[in-house]
Amino acid sequence: MTDHETRDDNPIRAAIREAIEEHSTILFMKGTPEQPACGFSARTVAALQSLGVPFAAVDVLPDPRIRQELSAISNWPTIPQLFVGRELVGGCDIVTEMYESGELAEVLGVPESAGGRPAPAADAPAPGLQVENRLG
Amino acid sequence: MPSPDELKRRIEAAIPGARAEVRDLTGGGDHFQATVAAPGFAGLSRIEQHRLVYDVFGDEVGGAIHALSLRTRAADPHDQPVPSQ
Repeated sequence: MTDHETRDDNPIRAAIREAIEEHSTILFMKGTPEQPACGFSARTVAALQSLGVPFAAVDVLPDPRIRQELSAISNWPTIPQLFVGRELVGGCDIVTEMYESGELAEVLGVPESAGGRPAPAADAPAPGLQVENRLG
Repeated sequence: MPSPDELKRRIEAAIPGARAEVRDLTGGGDHFQATVAAPGFAGLSRIEQHRLVYDVFGDEVGGAIHALSLRTRAADPHDQPVPSQ
């Protein structure tokens, strides 16, 4: 892989689009759900996990182009980014705010009573750097 | 290095009627938290409201401004300044 391809239809952008289309709930984050590499990603994962929602996760750190292409697609500058039903829901601030208000549970179609304070993410070895399918 | 006051001024200058409170979360001049209220936010989704604020800083978000945590809400044009958190 070479640095900073700027073609519009590059493979990374296509792969990101495909991932967003294939997974009803997908989080682009720094690190993995088991080992978040940033506090904002950790908080977002914790909110999703405390609702018991299965979600796909993509680590943007292995290649800077992932983040670059993702932000170009989503028109959103920061990581993490949560997509539900192909739509950008938001980053850590919005997800946290929606979690606290119960809107996140609503968007994800889980009962609001499943809420509670986000638990710290479990510490476990990081798996591979591909899309991690947690929908199973 | 940007200061909270500078960010506040830029947000308020760029978004009509906006009132902003900005805190430096770490004291390091690169992690900020902003609470922004603006009349123009009425009828917009949170995503759209946050985009308007991010747009003020463009590429600086993720660059010089490593993190900008946001809370936004629609405001009456003559609203009181938003309380800082």
